[in-house]
Amino acid sequence: MSAPPAITVSGHHALSGQALFAPVSLRFGAGQWTCILGPSGIGKTTLLRTVAGLDCAGTFVGRVTPSDGRPIDGRASFMAQSDLLLPWLSILENAVLGARLRGQAPDLDRARRLLARIGLGAHLSARPSALSGGMRQRAALARTLLEDRPVVFLDEPFSALDAATRADMQTLAAEHLAQKTVVLVTHDPAEAIRLGHQVILLTQEGARIWPVPEARTPRDAYAPDSVAAQAGLMALLQGRA
Amino acid sequence: MRRLPTAGAAACLALGLWQAVIWIASPPPFILPSPARVAGAAWSSRALLAEHAGITLVEVLLGLALGILVGALVAVALAQSARAASLVMPLVVLTQAVPVFALAPILTLWFGYGILAKVLMAALIIFFPVLSAFHDGLTRLPPGLTDLVRIMNATPARTMLHLRIPHALPSFAVGVKMAFVYAPIGAVIGEWVGSSRGLGYLMLLANGRAKTDLMFACLIVLAVLTVTLYRVAGAAIDRLVWKD
Repeated sequence: MSAPPAITVSGHHALSGQALFAPVSLRFGAGQWTCILGPSGIGKTTLLRTVAGLDCAGTFVGRVTPSDGRPIDGRASFMAQSDLLLPWLSILENAVLGARLRGQAPDLDRARRLLARIGLGAHLSARPSALSGGMRQRAALARTLLEDRPVVFLDEPFSALDAATRADMQTLAAEHLAQKTVVLVTHDPAEAIRLGHQVILLTQEGARIWPVPEARTPRDAYAPDSVAAQAGLMALLQGRA
Repeated sequence: MRRLPTAGAAACLALGLWQAVIWIASPPPFILPSPARVAGAAWSSRALLAEHAGITLVEVLLGLALGILVGALVAVALAQSARAASLVMPLVVLTQAVPVFALAPILTLWFGYGILAKVLMAALIIFFPVLSAFHDGLTRLPPGLTDLVRIMNATPARTMLHLRIPHALPSFAVGVKMAFVYAPIGAVIGEWVGSSRGLGYLMLLANGRAKTDLMFACLIVLAVLTVTLYRVAGAAIDRLVWKD
């Protein structure tokens, strides 16, 4: 795996002539988690998809520049709110889908070890439909991790989970995706404060960097400085600040 | 198997209505024979019926194999390229705009009175439902999966093999089930237009000789054949194709 690059994004996004968010100039730090937060409809997902090179409505006017000058295409993995597991494949087969689709030999031993480490060791040959939502999202995380790519895009991957499962998944993801350049879109201030080395608040006026607590991620969501940061963010999201 | 009692009840209802018409209107037997008379004709001509039903069954099965195979291959080929699909699909629809009845004499002219013309007839009639159902499934990958394909740098051939085709199998199954209902129609039309064997031929023969009871027996055998094929194929397909 090559060293994860930093990514700078500058520009704005226009959707049928109307600006989605004001011109931004952002830097996603190398080997760091950047959480993008903002009111719904502001274009968080659009921004993420633009950087990831995925199709989205409207046009992005600006530039996406990786710090090492090499394209992001081929070096990124992606995880969405929906687990995107294939219902006709087992969990193990789903986890190694990337290699399958590229025509490479999948590393099944590694996949088995990883699935066991994230608590799916007993479900390798189960179909996704036999698993709970939390387990399915674990399998999706395993699929993302097995890609072993330096840049990871996460589009609200934990938002459909119940509170306890979500906290577990955040911890798992933070552990396994440390040292990678991660961009996480979320609508949850607590999640952003828990996981982000950098938190960006996207608003109509543009992007705003929100200070995060000193502690290492995943942070204790109930530590006083975490709670204070969350409260500030929440106030901004609700337009009270 | 749980549907068997309801199917039996429906058959009894139809028989009852039929018998009621006989009792109330008492039509002459060459217009509408009674169920008992048809059963008698079927029993006394059982060897004849079995022989001709066997021929029709072979035509139907060969037609199904050919039509499903060609329909599936064309669907996969067209799913590879949107441009090819927009070029070829109108042509395919055009072949369906021509009534099969009109094509049957031409097929008989080209391929003779033997089994081949009927097999082609059946294949022609089922090719389109199979093609369009499968093609639909192949080209409608959910957007989330398209994202995965893109970000994982999947090759088009692998995407087809590991993603598009398995994803489209339920749609394909719908087309194939329809094919099992339509294929006997094609075979029987082919037999009407020109043949010396098969249930369609036997029906024409019985009709010409005013043996209405034998004609009804042919119809019932054909219906039982079609329903049985559909049920067996449907059960096999449901067992094979993945369910979410």
